[in-house]
Amino acid sequence: MVELTRDNSTQQPLVAVEDLSVCFGRQTVLRNITLRIPRGQTLAIIGESGCGKTVLLKTLIGLVRPTQGQVIFDDQDLSQLNDRQLSRERLRFGFVFQNAALFDSMTIGQNVAFPLRQQGNCSEADIQRLVLERLAEVGLPDSVVVKKPAELSGGMRKRVGVARASVMNPEMMLYDEPTTGLDPIMSDVVNELMMRARRRSSVTSVIVTHDMRTARKVADRVIMVYPASRLGPDESQIIFDGPPSELDRTKDRRVRQFVQGEAGERLMEMRQASRQLD
Amino acid sequence: MAAVTHSSDEPDQPDNARANAVVEWINDWGGVVIDGVSAVGDLTLFGWRTGVWLFTRLPRRETLLPNFYQVGVLSLPVVALTGTFIGMVLAVQSHFQFSQIGLETRLGAVINMSLVRELGPVLAATMLAGRVGSAMAAELGTMRVTEQIDALESMGANALHYLVVPRFLACLFLIPTLTIMADFMGVVGAYFYSVFVLGIDRHFYLHNSREFIGGFDLFVGIFKSLFFGAAIAMVSCYRGFNCTPGAEGVGRAATAAFVISFVLILMLDLFMGIALDTIYYAIWPGGAKLFF
Repeated sequence: MVELTRDNSTQQPLVAVEDLSVCFGRQTVLRNITLRIPRGQTLAIIGESGCGKTVLLKTLIGLVRPTQGQVIFDDQDLSQLNDRQLSRERLRFGFVFQNAALFDSMTIGQNVAFPLRQQGNCSEADIQRLVLERLAEVGLPDSVVVKKPAELSGGMRKRVGVARASVMNPEMMLYDEPTTGLDPIMSDVVNELMMRARRRSSVTSVIVTHDMRTARKVADRVIMVYPASRLGPDESQIIFDGPPSELDRTKDRRVRQFVQGEAGERLMEMRQASRQLD
Repeated sequence: MAAVTHSSDEPDQPDNARANAVVEWINDWGGVVIDGVSAVGDLTLFGWRTGVWLFTRLPRRETLLPNFYQVGVLSLPVVALTGTFIGMVLAVQSHFQFSQIGLETRLGAVINMSLVRELGPVLAATMLAGRVGSAMAAELGTMRVTEQIDALESMGANALHYLVVPRFLACLFLIPTLTIMADFMGVVGAYFYSVFVLGIDRHFYLHNSREFIGGFDLFVGIFKSLFFGAAIAMVSCYRGFNCTPGAEGVGRAATAAFVISFVLILMLDLFMGIALDTIYYAIWPGGAKLFF
């Protein structure tokens, strides 16, 4: 009985994606995606570039409106909320963008303090304290507070992004390619920050990544999204769903090729295309 | 005769090519019309949603003041300078024509009327569109491309409320100030050039200026400028928000913001000029007829 209550699959999911499709003009990016993310789970979404991972991540927080289907966050259909309600719900999320997306016109301190000021419940002294605490947690000194984002390195900006996303103690963290463009050591630092965030507040996390090391190290569960354009009309876009340990045992050739970083049939397609051009 | 020689299996190629070209032409123009209608609808919705946020909650001081400073304070010198030169240019250009018929003392009336009703507001609006509008489009476009707008929304802020409403208010409230500055400097520039360079009698120049310019003329210029300011802010912010990815997209947004704003300024100027004069003459019928 105890085991059953611990089983994530039996819990009410924090996020439920129901039959979700997203199209931009005539291009279908996501098609009939159904996904449940239980509370406390760390889910990694892997897949080749352009397959719709980031779009899926942005749909979870309502930054992209679904063409069909719904995203239910904590029993609320996000598409049914008005602008104001959606803005309020978004304070329960933390989003780390691929290139950190820090506000150029603000200092690092103002960037990290932004969600706190937006919420409007904290005194200025509390805001200053929380900003310094969060920056210290990601290993940045107090002196960066007055700097502008342009004065920091890519790794430092990414860590500021993590600090800003986590300053409100969100229930759900969304990471868009958090280790892309970083050196291996800095990648590991960011991996450690993600794991620390989970340990500290058992936050639910979704990580979009190409980095298999991140997926294996940080995630409890991995799904692989395949481009809709390369699939038949009835095929599911999620071609793998399981724990990271299953990634090496899967029989699906497409998943194996991705995990092992083999171009495989893509090389053949490129050769065919160049032959046609000749 | 040529058609008879073709067998039934072979299509008439020149006719087919012509038909295809016509279909393609219709297709292209259809696309342009649909895109245009869609853009107008989109801009209207954008304006409506901005309006809703404008009346729902006022933006914070820290978002308003930098925009007011940018639009108002930093635009004043350039508007003053161009206003002065426009006044002097009008004096130069009109002097020859008026001196031919011995009416150079009426120069002040014509120049000041042109400045206060038309050139002052249009010049201030053009400078605002060029200096501030395209900068707004480029800034918001860069924020869109670098996901800063998404970041803003992900942290519980509404991008329209946070980014568009302060810019809209700054343009709306400060363009009358810029217009007054352009009018004033134009009038001063024209006066100095006419009196001290062209040697027109100071007394008659001032007397005729006062005689022909009324409060309504000043009102028309300032009232029109409010619409110019609103149009510049909406178009520029809309182009920034809908910027296509990449440096080219940002550049295109900035250019389009200026070009569309400028065309809108001229269109609004024409229609509002006609409308306001019609209202004026409806209220005070003693004035001259509008069109004839």
